[in-house]
Amino acid sequence: MRAALVVPGRLDVDFTCDPGEVVAVIGPNGAGKSTLVHALAGLVPATGSIDLDGEQLGRPARERDVGLVFQDQLLFPHLSALANVAFGPRARGLTRTEAETRARGWLERFGIAELADRRPGQLSGGQAQRVAIARALATQPRLLLLDEPMSGLDVRVATALRIELARHLAAYEGVAMLVTHDAIDALTVADRVLVLDEGRIAQFGTPAEVSQRPRTEHVARLVGLNVVPADGELVAFTPDTVNVSLDEPVGSPRLRWHGVVADVAPHGGAVRVLVHADPDLIADVTPESATELALLPGRPVWLSVKATAVRRYPATGPEHDR
Amino acid sequence: MRDPLGRPPVLLLLPAVAATLLLVVPLVSLVGRTPWSTLRDQLGRPEVRQALWLSVSTSTAAMLICLVLGLPLAWVLARLEFRGRSALRALVTVPLVLPPVVAGVALLAAFGRTGYVGAVVRDLTGYTIPFTTTAVVIAHTFVAMPFFVISVEGALRSTNRAYDAAAATLGASRWTIFWRVTAPLTWPGIAAGMVLGWARSLGEFGATITFAGNFPGTTQTMPLLVYTELQSNPQAAQVLSLLMLVISIGILAALRDRWLGTPA
Repeated sequence: MRAALVVPGRLDVDFTCDPGEVVAVIGPNGAGKSTLVHALAGLVPATGSIDLDGEQLGRPARERDVGLVFQDQLLFPHLSALANVAFGPRARGLTRTEAETRARGWLERFGIAELADRRPGQLSGGQAQRVAIARALATQPRLLLLDEPMSGLDVRVATALRIELARHLAAYEGVAMLVTHDAIDALTVADRVLVLDEGRIAQFGTPAEVSQRPRTEHVARLVGLNVVPADGELVAFTPDTVNVSLDEPVGSPRLRWHGVVADVAPHGGAVRVLVHADPDLIADVTPESATELALLPGRPVWLSVKATAVRRYPATGPEHDR
Repeated sequence: MRDPLGRPPVLLLLPAVAATLLLVVPLVSLVGRTPWSTLRDQLGRPEVRQALWLSVSTSTAAMLICLVLGLPLAWVLARLEFRGRSALRALVTVPLVLPPVVAGVALLAAFGRTGYVGAVVRDLTGYTIPFTTTAVVIAHTFVAMPFFVISVEGALRSTNRAYDAAAATLGASRWTIFWRVTAPLTWPGIAAGMVLGWARSLGEFGATITFAGNFPGTTQTMPLLVYTELQSNPQAAQVLSLLMLVISIGILAALRDRWLGTPA
């Protein structure tokens, strides 16, 4: 699939995906993730081109080869789980019996065949999300869009569903795009990660590339890294290598920052400190030193990092690999 | 429990009591003065049965016309963006505030023997609309439609449009979306609009007597019969009124979940 889409003021992207590929779409709120998904599905007017075994852009939403799993699922509340999944095949011209047979097959694949007669109101969050994904897949789209399918589920349910979803997406022959807020989704389920920032593609690469060499602060924060521009390069370092002190440290002036503590929270066995500097940085310190330095919001501190603890890489490069 | 804001002021309580009395005393009087001994005989009279049947059947016909024509109109107002939508909604609302007698005169101007539409119908078919049962149904529909359309439009607007979008991504045409998603989800609101329209038809007097006249058997509905009886046989009028009161309370009971639900 090749998509070159412009939604004035909100989105300007151009990217290519291969069939069978799972692409995670990440970015801060307002980066255009939902706009991208809705433009691909035909629910937001856009200009450009979506080539998916034929041009999609000129077609109305209902004629596109696209399936969409909505953030809040939007299962039809008056229809049973089976009728929800059968809705797409029915609308695309199958008879009732054919559509229901196909829908039953999908419910079986998701292990929820026994819930076929339940209404959405009688399903748990995880069950409803499975029905929603089955409903989108039942029309056999070439492009499957999932808009934050794990959001709103509790952690245990999300973990189980994530494993299951990874399996289904691996078996899916079309292009799958998964919008997520969660680094785990992006790094475990996806073949590639598309990073959106202010409506543009900031980075598009494998999970390993994106997590080791993040080009946006959002992704750095998502994978728990500090990323700072220095000398036309980007410098990345983990929070546990950051030294926190009250006095100005000696060493390279490029690798020390002055700022104010913004937030202090437990993080595993350590204490994670968010410091408003230029840019914002995170540091992990021991609980003892947090107490000793009296690290509370509002406290001015110095941060520094050893040159040997940082990784340097070019700030710009190929925008993404096609 | 004592109200922490203090005692409610007499200046508000007294008018509230007066308002309640004004609404309740006539209804209690109606029940109290009912001649219970002759009730059965009165209700069994053929003209009463005739008027009751005519009222129920014409109101039901009006309700069905509201459903078939008014639901699409409500959908157009709720779901389509077009120039003049506000103007159209205002036009639909006019009969709500129009005096019913004026509605009757307007209907005569349109559908009367020499009216814009009535003359054409007469020339083509030889049929004249006024003073027929058809005229009763038209008058009822005219006054009931705005109630129906406005209430159903509100119900359609409160139905999440994202369901329409979800159905579209699954390949549904707009007709399929309306028929299989929007209408079923809005059904409680549609049903309430139908009951509301039916109730408005049942009580219709002014437009009916102006446009359809007061002929027993063809255009004399219950309210018209009550009015007629009141001139000659007040006891009968009271019995009929009691019957209408019972029907009205029944309608209220049918709608209680929508209107009498205690605010949370």
